[in-house]
Amino acid sequence: MRWFRGTDEAQTKLRRTGAPQRISRRSTGFTEFTRTLASFNDLSVLDLGPTSSANISFLTQYGGRVYNEDILRAAREAVAGLRPGEGTEGLDPKRFFAENLDHPEHRFDAILCWDIPDYLHEALVKPMVERISKILRPKGILLAFFHTKDAGPDFPYCRYHIAQGDVLELEVVPDFRLQRIFNNRHIENLFKDFSSLKFFLARDNIREVLAVR
Amino acid sequence: MWKSRPDDSPERPQSNSSTVANLAAPPTAPPPKDTRSYEPPPKLQDALRAEVAHIGKSVKVKGELAGSEDLYFDGEAEGSVDLHEHTLTIGPNGRIHATLAAREIVIHGKVEGTICASEKVELKRSCSLTGDVCTKRIVIEDGAFFRGAIDIQKEGKPEFRKAATVTPAAGTTITPASAAAIDEVPELAVTGPQASFLDDK
Repeated sequence: MRWFRGTDEAQTKLRRTGAPQRISRRSTGFTEFTRTLASFNDLSVLDLGPTSSANISFLTQYGGRVYNEDILRAAREAVAGLRPGEGTEGLDPKRFFAENLDHPEHRFDAILCWDIPDYLHEALVKPMVERISKILRPKGILLAFFHTKDAGPDFPYCRYHIAQGDVLELEVVPDFRLQRIFNNRHIENLFKDFSSLKFFLARDNIREVLAVR
Repeated sequence: MWKSRPDDSPERPQSNSSTVANLAAPPTAPPPKDTRSYEPPPKLQDALRAEVAHIGKSVKVKGELAGSEDLYFDGEAEGSVDLHEHTLTIGPNGRIHATLAAREIVIHGKVEGTICASEKVELKRSCSLTGDVCTKRIVIEDGAFFRGAIDIQKEGKPEFRKAATVTPAAGTTITPASAAAIDEVPELAVTGPQASFLDDK
């Protein structure tokens, strides 16, 4: 399978060494996201990815508060906590979201969702977006990434680190498996409660979506 | 081609013997000691170690814990820990369900609760922190787990958007008055030709 993130040279190096590498990529969606951040007073941002000191360091420059909640890790722990033989069908979204993403309505100005919907358990995707639409302020923004149909189930999971205002560093970690691919119509349905969606197709075939509540 | 400098004396002997040169040279002051590689003598090291209080992994504390010295805590705590102007280190076996306050807080173990460090918070790779953090600086190692909010305290907190475009001269500080002055020049806040995505068309 061809890996679409980063250059071919970087991919070869990664395969050869096997060690966690970071690959830089420019992100138009993130550039737009940061431009919008500057317009908020007393900013409140939620990062749904794994803890990254680079992200916290970058986001705290804008003042306000930065929240971190690794939703994929929480989902994995919830699945691991199920009784043997119960299967993932036993995962109760209500119970899960009573313990996770439990914030007051309209708390956040901006949410970094990264590519979590592609890796999250099926039962949790829609409830997560519904919860996000509640905790995001009107006119608040959300940035999400979606893989295109070229990505297969073995597509690697990456942690996103903010390097600069328009550059992200992707760190490949074998933590999660790609669950599905959304097409544009699916994405529009997923974010139907949002007032507008803006798509950016990156050169590495990742669709970057900036949604405004 | 080049003019000789006044201090270049042609009659200066081309000494090939450093001993002679050393003997001729006036006595110089001994070279300054390299303080960077200073290591205190063993007795002083023991004294420094003794200044950090240790609480072992078998100790359980319930209630308020306060002190005025550095503390290494590797046990279980429930309630609050307050060290004012000192360093609190939570060891890898530490299990804390408490509010922590200190000048510097270093976490290796598991903490649930609000953390307030007047200077710095360090989350080590083995650490798991669930709760809000309030500090001036934070260092997070890869692999550390954090769930909560981070509030970075800045003295004379400048607004990032304006600070990025209007850079004050070195040594000046942005006071509320000068920040208000920046507010009066909204054109300076525009960083690029493209307007924000949220702007009305």
